[in-house]
Amino acid sequence: MTQTRFSRTRTPEPEKEQARGGGGAAMRVIVPLQGVVQGRGGLILGSIIPCALFYFLQFYLKRHRNDQDDQNESNSPGQNQGTRSPSSGQLTELPGLTRNLSRALLSPRSPSGPVSVSGRVSGIVKAADSPYYAGLRRVKEDQYDELGNPNGVIQLGLAENKLSLDLVKNWLAENAREAILGNGKELSISGIATYQPFDGLMEFKVAVAGFMAQVMEKAVSFNPSQIVLTAGATPAIEILSFCLADAGNAFLVPTPYYPGFDRDVKWRTGVEIIHVPCRSADNFNLSITALDIAFNQAKKRGLKVRGIIISNPSNPVGNLLSRETLYNLLDFAREKNIHIVSNEILAGCTHGNEEFVSMAEIVDLEDVDRKRVHLVYGLSKDLSLPGFRVGVIYSFNEEVLAAAKKLTRFSSISAPTQRLLISMLSDTKFVQTFITINRERLHRMYVQFVEGLKKLGIECIKSSGGFYCWADMSGLISSYSEKGELELWDKLLNIAKVNVTPGSCCHCIEPGWFRFCFATLTEKDIPVVMERIQKVSETCKLNR
Amino acid sequence: MERTRKKGQLLSRMATNDRHGENSPYFDGWKAYDENPFHPSQNPDGVIQMGLAENQLCFDLIKKWILENPDASICTAEGVDKLKNIAIYQDYHGLKEFREAVAKFMERVGGNRVTFDPNRIVMGGGATGANETVMFCLADPGDAFLVPAPYYPAFARDLRWRTGLEIVPVDCKSSNNFRITRAALEEAYEKAQSSNINVKGVILANPSNPLGTVLDRETMRSLVSFVNEKGIHLVCDEIYAATVFSSPRFISIAEIIQDMDCNRDLIHIVYSLSKDMGFPGFRVGIVYSFNDVVVNCARKMSSFGLVSSQTQYLLASMLSDEEFVGNFLRESSKRLARRHSVFTKGLEQVGISCLKSNAGLFFWMNMRPLLKEQTAQGELELWRAIISEVKLNVSPGSSFQCSEPGWFRVCFANMDDETVEVALERIRAFVLQGKEEDAPDQKSQRWHKKSLRLSFSSSRLYDESPMSPRMLSPHSPLVRART
Repeated sequence: MTQTRFSRTRTPEPEKEQARGGGGAAMRVIVPLQGVVQGRGGLILGSIIPCALFYFLQFYLKRHRNDQDDQNESNSPGQNQGTRSPSSGQLTELPGLTRNLSRALLSPRSPSGPVSVSGRVSGIVKAADSPYYAGLRRVKEDQYDELGNPNGVIQLGLAENKLSLDLVKNWLAENAREAILGNGKELSISGIATYQPFDGLMEFKVAVAGFMAQVMEKAVSFNPSQIVLTAGATPAIEILSFCLADAGNAFLVPTPYYPGFDRDVKWRTGVEIIHVPCRSADNFNLSITALDIAFNQAKKRGLKVRGIIISNPSNPVGNLLSRETLYNLLDFAREKNIHIVSNEILAGCTHGNEEFVSMAEIVDLEDVDRKRVHLVYGLSKDLSLPGFRVGVIYSFNEEVLAAAKKLTRFSSISAPTQRLLISMLSDTKFVQTFITINRERLHRMYVQFVEGLKKLGIECIKSSGGFYCWADMSGLISSYSEKGELELWDKLLNIAKVNVTPGSCCHCIEPGWFRFCFATLTEKDIPVVMERIQKVSETCKLNR
Repeated sequence: MERTRKKGQLLSRMATNDRHGENSPYFDGWKAYDENPFHPSQNPDGVIQMGLAENQLCFDLIKKWILENPDASICTAEGVDKLKNIAIYQDYHGLKEFREAVAKFMERVGGNRVTFDPNRIVMGGGATGANETVMFCLADPGDAFLVPAPYYPAFARDLRWRTGLEIVPVDCKSSNNFRITRAALEEAYEKAQSSNINVKGVILANPSNPLGTVLDRETMRSLVSFVNEKGIHLVCDEIYAATVFSSPRFISIAEIIQDMDCNRDLIHIVYSLSKDMGFPGFRVGIVYSFNDVVVNCARKMSSFGLVSSQTQYLLASMLSDEEFVGNFLRESSKRLARRHSVFTKGLEQVGISCLKSNAGLFFWMNMRPLLKEQTAQGELELWRAIISEVKLNVSPGSSFQCSEPGWFRVCFANMDDETVEVALERIRAFVLQGKEEDAPDQKSQRWHKKSLRLSFSSSRLYDESPMSPRMLSPHSPLVRART
């Protein structure tokens, strides 16, 4: 929506380096300018001026572009995870719309030649080159261990929570035998081995509904018959994407957003993501104005917007959407006649005093227009069980539920795991203890980690949810651009040996922001991490 | 399309179209069973489910193993100690132990004649998800796959629904025991070419569902050379590999290409534990490809259908127990063989023949002599009579896109011996009654009058939902809209 955006996404390959420098320079002017404007003139001016500039630039460029770029361009404004990686160049590719490419590769008469696969393949394979995945791979190869591998890479790039696993473990030690083997005597094999309903066992849905209500502190009750269970939140989001949009349609997604959305929403569906930039000046809160602008731009370009996808608590920032914002969102969706997908997978991982409000609660009170609201939930984060692959679609739309139920046959949860979790989630006393203790521990880690960064001169956005903090390291980057950001990321990974997620992987519009996930650490790891970051931050400061 | 969408709450075409197949008339059989399920004591006149390819004959062995190895289910102190790593394990590669155990199991099932590389084992959500994943990797919307017919009805859903692909059936005939011939393949391929359909490959189930037969070496070699010459893919769905209960043995495509000069990048295998081990509830599907790009891409997609780490761990332990696996496979094929012979011999006594088969959880029953007229309509009439009068939910050949009327698939491994006797008795009575009646016309008219009253009472979904009749339409609205 500003010059930055242009430098990140719009640049054809040959001019890339050049344009990037230009974009960086322009950005140095525009972002502060915008801050000033917003400070005085408010949101509207602050957004409209850069947007107008951007629009004209886009218009200008459109006339000076060759065909191939034009095509990529019109396909996807947000399809830029490819260009993130410095080495991979222009990788913008779209499932569903790249058939010409696939045909070009087709060589049916020469068996030894390249084998023709689907058009979506190359995009998917190359997506793995992004720093997000590259960093995760790096940790896998050389993971830090206090005793075994003290020089290994410390994982701060994965939103995983190990802080309260001991509680789950204790519960299992006491109860799992009965949960799976059924009193140790009567094991019902036909209850787990045979075909079960693909959208989840009813008993499990009841248990999950109870758990969700407990997580949301009984502010809202969930109806088990509105639940569809899937093998993780990833397929839950994909299924909603399949149900709500056709290939070539789009969803509005506020940036920065969870890097996995590109996979979940776009890969196999051919659906687009339109970025709705949130800014540091607003503490990365979502503005309806920005939504409106993005919506209109998409419309002008002939893209049909089918919905908004929000994460609440947000990932990677960790802030919560206020009640007022939620109401405004609902109004916006109603006005434009589009869907809202609210990803609340971290609802149980809020800490501090700020109030979490579920979209379900708003809809409960509003009592109108429920049909356009769909929730995504899961046990990966709130119960620290990502390996168990439990995702939830909670929808108020019967047609969506019916279609989603049929689609779960492609990604349903293994029955023995469901049986085990039925017992665990039905133990409300355990669940309550878990949630309370987990929140306390998260908060403690958060406070310590943020303090540690502050001592190094790195500020974080105040956050109330999730396993991470969102840190401003723009003071440490050599050039105010994506390139500068990735250079710093590389230093952190290879010199400091910590794997963090650079903002560009989350499509953050401002360079220099990083996500630090702290919930896989223990408290005594924090000084080690800070020491390592300090090494890099000092050299960066010297070099500036 | 547009009309449906305006009416609804802005759903996608995919969510509102019929490609899931659950509105097809074949669902009547399931509904009949759902409304009135057979129970030996509580509902002895109910409908017997013979449409579900489920293997329940060896549950006692599985149960014994699970009870003897509780730590495998994370149910003991030792098991729980592993939890910390298991519970948070979400890597889409899958647990190393799990991949190794599955590779080894596949080798064993294939007669230890080939080795499978654990690094090529990719997880999918059941064979359903695995098949779809392969399609997502190999083809774009509007492309087509050749599928020898009769074929598994849900292929129509798994291969087409979300991918936007088409199926081009390859007709196989009873005159040569439904063999897949080169001529039939060529014909289907040419036909697709001439209608401007881009054929991306051939997909088939070996052992065959619904036939219960295994492919012979010669046919497989000819298939491989066919795809190799055309430069298209070959996907072998080998999920029934271990259900083979008598000779000839099962030959994996991996074994065939070992001594053939062909482009291995074209060969892909789909596997699962739902049939061979009887674990459909565990949702384990496997893609095994010889093509590195496909392995790489399918692996990234497996995030959409990962098997729970708890279940991976359980299966890794179970499948690594070689003594148990050996014993299980021996016992399973023994029991399947016995069940198969009880059924087919029982039918023979009343003059009903079946296609000679040696695999699968079903056989292919020939009811042509009982058809009033030799048409698809005649077959449907007979089928409705079997459901409403004989009260057996068997699957008619037309739901498998069989071009000859009068064939039915009968599943035999999802019931106990008692139920088998009841089912056989019912068929005998039905056939004999038909023979005694002098005027077969009256009989069929009676079937006509007795309409099947059914309603949707259950939201349960099935593994084998049949599809509406042949849906090969190059001008389907979906395709038109996209291009």
